[in-house]
Amino acid sequence: MDTPPTDMHSPAPASAREVAQGLAQVGYLPGESTALVSFLATQLGKPILVEGPAGVGKTQLAKSLADYLERRLVRLQCYEGLDEAKALYEWNYRKQLLRIQTESEGAGWQDVQDDIFGEEFLLQRPLMTAIAASEPVVLLIDEIDKTDQEFEAMLLELLSDFQISIPELGRIEARTRPVVLLTSNNTRELTEALKRRCLYLWLDYPELEHELAIVRLHTPDLEERVARKLVEIIHRVRELDLKKPPSIAESIDWARTLLLMGAGDIDQQVFDQTMSVILKHRTDMDTVASRAGVVLEPSAA
Amino acid sequence: MSASPRASGAAELPSRVPGGLAGTLLAFTEDLRSEGLAVGTSEILDAFAALEHIRWAHQPEFREAMAATLAKSPEDRRVFELVFERFFFRAAEAEAARRRITESGADAHGGMEVDLDTLRQQIAAALREGSEAALRDLARLAIAAFGQGEGSGVLGVDVQRIRRALGLRVEPQPDLPEDDPRRQGTPREQLRRFEAHLRRELERALIERTAALPPKRPLNELDRALPAGPIQDLAAVHRVVATLKRRLATQGHELRGRKRHAHVDVRRTMRASLQTGGVPIVLKYRPRRPRRPEILVLCDVSTSVTSASTFFLSVLHALHDAFRKLRSFVFIERISEVTEVFERERDFRAASEAISRDAGVADISGYTDYGRVWEEFLSLVVDELHPRATVIILGDARTNGRPPRDDVFAAITARAGRTFWLNPEPRLYWNYGDSVIAAYERHCTAFECWRTDQLEEFVKALTKPVAG
Repeated sequence: MDTPPTDMHSPAPASAREVAQGLAQVGYLPGESTALVSFLATQLGKPILVEGPAGVGKTQLAKSLADYLERRLVRLQCYEGLDEAKALYEWNYRKQLLRIQTESEGAGWQDVQDDIFGEEFLLQRPLMTAIAASEPVVLLIDEIDKTDQEFEAMLLELLSDFQISIPELGRIEARTRPVVLLTSNNTRELTEALKRRCLYLWLDYPELEHELAIVRLHTPDLEERVARKLVEIIHRVRELDLKKPPSIAESIDWARTLLLMGAGDIDQQVFDQTMSVILKHRTDMDTVASRAGVVLEPSAA
Repeated sequence: MSASPRASGAAELPSRVPGGLAGTLLAFTEDLRSEGLAVGTSEILDAFAALEHIRWAHQPEFREAMAATLAKSPEDRRVFELVFERFFFRAAEAEAARRRITESGADAHGGMEVDLDTLRQQIAAALREGSEAALRDLARLAIAAFGQGEGSGVLGVDVQRIRRALGLRVEPQPDLPEDDPRRQGTPREQLRRFEAHLRRELERALIERTAALPPKRPLNELDRALPAGPIQDLAAVHRVVATLKRRLATQGHELRGRKRHAHVDVRRTMRASLQTGGVPIVLKYRPRRPRRPEILVLCDVSTSVTSASTFFLSVLHALHDAFRKLRSFVFIERISEVTEVFERERDFRAASEAISRDAGVADISGYTDYGRVWEEFLSLVVDELHPRATVIILGDARTNGRPPRDDVFAAITARAGRTFWLNPEPRLYWNYGDSVIAAYERHCTAFECWRTDQLEEFVKALTKPVAG
């Protein structure tokens, strides 16, 4: 695979390296394991459970996969209290009520019943959309750890058989196999049953060179010397005991900020001015400010 | 130094395990299970399915595919890596021993003149660069240079002896010359990797000499722990507490149900009413909030438990977020309520500073006085002690010779619903010297709590639903 075809119209990638190249073309530089697991997911038709600290590109991976595979991205954002009606499907009961009221005269019960439980009155929610789509999609179930355990249990049928049961309509099977990604920030332990059905991918903060490549990809105009220093500082800041260590997204934001400011170097003054881009807590800023010497010095020497 | 003919462990598998590749993989998953990973049959099937799609003679790819299908948490992944190393190293070595292949040139180094000082420098430099292949070669050179003879027979001792001979340390060594790469100190993680290589090469040499596999070394706690950053202890405690918080959050959900409750959920009722033509016959209720127990915590902050109090204080802090109704107290000679401090300070460090500054719990001696503490505690909270209250005491029960006053303690436990005692000392030391935990244990449930998994045991007990 030394010369990849220029028109990336391959719906099913043939190797992990191909996935890595494809993702890189849409602006996502995957690690070795990321590419391999994504590749396996497309081959085995299994969902991927992506875990890792906030801001390492879990959600972005799903978006980029969709871009690369040229599929539509269907996203379900999870939150506490999310239920089937919001995630799967719901009968549009207002419309059903209207229908009953406007035509109740004369119409038999059977007619009305057949009528109001038709596709017309079905509100498709993300999971249903992903299952019923005629073209294969990428389904992103974001922050699954925020939901209740009951919701997780409901997902099991969907994730293992790609089908859902609606009492009034019967079983709906997937017409196409979606690529499914579940992300979790690890705020609670997921159930064994769910983990069993997924491939597991742990995304961590990238190695220095890898992150440098990512920053360079997003801000090609920033001088390499500055970019390297930036990434080195970020890595040192992450080693401090912070509430929220800076993520990759914040490294990129910082790089963009420096570019806008036209900063040719990161010295104490520039660092103080722009620190708020990478640190989002008062206490974290105090911690870093008190150790600024430690953070900035080694690369100055 | 050329790569050995069996550098890629995965490609050559011993024929002794029946079933070829499949048999070996099953033996590997068996090994994983023996180290505590819950590997299900479906996961093994997944692993096999994944193998069809990858170049399984390519080690990193093989390893990643196995990990993605078999190890499903960061902790599991850590254990997986260690077991993977151990299993395939042993499998390859066993096969080599069976076929009588020895490391070419391993003996030649004994007679070769190696400039020891250059070697020291080279190794330190390679450690900074961090290339795995170079590390492995240098580890073999180091053994050839410093590890001659049969060694002590204990691998760990030999590894440390060689490390010392190389002058590798974590701390900076300012007395070394300016250009010496060891001057700045060697990063802890790098040193650990080099030691792992040393151990592996020593083990390999041992297998070659004796033509037999030494007994398998089970993983210990230290191996299993995820590698920690530079701020060791406190950060580790924080991580545990974060898990604890997570567990508490999940535990609450388990108690949740949609049972009878006064609040009608209008939206869900309307939806359900459609089945009955718009007439709300079946009422739907709002989910019931989990009932959180009311908790009173007493934490010893005296010097005999200094290391433990940091741990305890952060646990206290975590509990404050997880339970709505919680009153916390710290004590040494007397007692002081710190509930407000924890409510005001969202940051743990600020909270512990405020406590050590303002709490005023030590009168003169700084020695714990349990008797006085019980009396003060009882008079402070007597109105709040009822069968639904849970009292948690964190302390070592060392009275410094003062009367334990377990009669007052019994009065407290009689009024409270449940009483737990967390003791930071291993059970072995209980009731030795001035420890009077036995007197208190009669009235409460005592846990030893000096490891994180023990803390988890306690949290399970705490969050178990109470009858009544």
